[in-house]
Amino acid sequence: MLTSSNVAQDVRQFIVSNFLYGQERSFADDDSFMGEGIVDSTGVLQLVEFLEETYGITVEDEELIPENLDSLNNVSAYLARKLNAAASVDVLQETAAGGGNA
Amino acid sequence: MSSCSTISPDVLQIDAARETERIAASIREIVFNQFKRKGAVIGVSGGIDSSVVAFLCVRALGNEHVVVLFTPEADSSPDSLRLGRMVAESLGVRSAVEDISPILRGARCYERRDEAIRTVVPEYGEGYKCKIVLPNLVDADRYAVFSIVVQSPSGDTNKVRLSTSAYLGIVAATNFKQRTRKMIEYYYADLLQYAVAGTPNRLEYDQGFFVKGGDGAADFKPIAHLYKSQVYQLAAYLGVPEEIQRRPSTTDTYSLEQSQEEFYFSLPLAKMDVCLYGKNNGIPAAELGPAAGLDEKQVQRVYAMIESKRNVARYLRAAPVLVDEVEGL
Repeated sequence: MLTSSNVAQDVRQFIVSNFLYGQERSFADDDSFMGEGIVDSTGVLQLVEFLEETYGITVEDEELIPENLDSLNNVSAYLARKLNAAASVDVLQETAAGGGNA
Repeated sequence: MSSCSTISPDVLQIDAARETERIAASIREIVFNQFKRKGAVIGVSGGIDSSVVAFLCVRALGNEHVVVLFTPEADSSPDSLRLGRMVAESLGVRSAVEDISPILRGARCYERRDEAIRTVVPEYGEGYKCKIVLPNLVDADRYAVFSIVVQSPSGDTNKVRLSTSAYLGIVAATNFKQRTRKMIEYYYADLLQYAVAGTPNRLEYDQGFFVKGGDGAADFKPIAHLYKSQVYQLAAYLGVPEEIQRRPSTTDTYSLEQSQEEFYFSLPLAKMDVCLYGKNNGIPAAELGPAAGLDEKQVQRVYAMIESKRNVARYLRAAPVLVDEVEGL
């Protein structure tokens, strides 16, 4: 099951292996990736591609903002919103399909 | 302590005559005494920076000790060569045209770039034009993520966000251009026992707007301490042709015309100048705003952008790093 703690753990692992080259460096869940010099703008693009591939979402151009992507907490919250929105669409589609069959 | 009433774009005003003589003396010292070279080679693009450097080198060394080079390639604007020649004629210096397209084709520069573009725009091919652009980073909190603008042979344009691999592939391929130009400049420098002049202004040098081993490589960089608006002041003083002084700054790297603003600085260069000055002098965003024509939040974003680019530029400016000091040198 996908939880915000799983997401934070997966993203942390991705950040450590891709941008910190596996070296131990502690950063808090609410630390700014850009502010702490952990990720630059090319790194943000790599993070976006990781999220799209791992969670099957599409990150729109207007969603490329620090509020969604600049810390583990922000990424977790953003993903939760995206996945909830996708789940709502699925439910709506299922309901519509069910209604059509009735 | 600065205050609103004292901060205006005039803070960048310089005594052009005095600055010219100071730079010229420095060029003479570097080229003739420090490096023991017989003159200077300058790649002239027809833009303001390289033109000013050529004029300064002639002022410092004399026109018989200066050679200017024009290095057009398949995507260059014809204006670049025409204006470059205008500089050479104004100065009465020797010049050479070296078309670098065959070298770039040999290195598969265009082919590699087009392959990278096709990963995001599959139909891109013969007759298409392109440039890469940034979103507006000043009016909202956004990331500096590049898109490519392509124009089909029929004139239709399309803008697509670049993937990491497409972005890196396009930049790596187009960087052949600046590195090839530098190779040609050093050919003439070796041939004539000259030094190579670099042409970055302060914005470019500070913010990493150059290619490492390309236009970032040089023996001396005589205007790297000058803000862009100060380069324009020197241009007017030195008598750089009017058309060059009026020409908008372009990268002249992509087949569609691309301003430095949309490619790198996200802000008109005059405003960028004032913001860089404000950042360098610790002026709070709210105080700088009126002089830059920006509000406090916009200046804060520009300050953050300057810091972020400085972090990236540190690698670009770094000389090769040694593990140990090498004694006796």
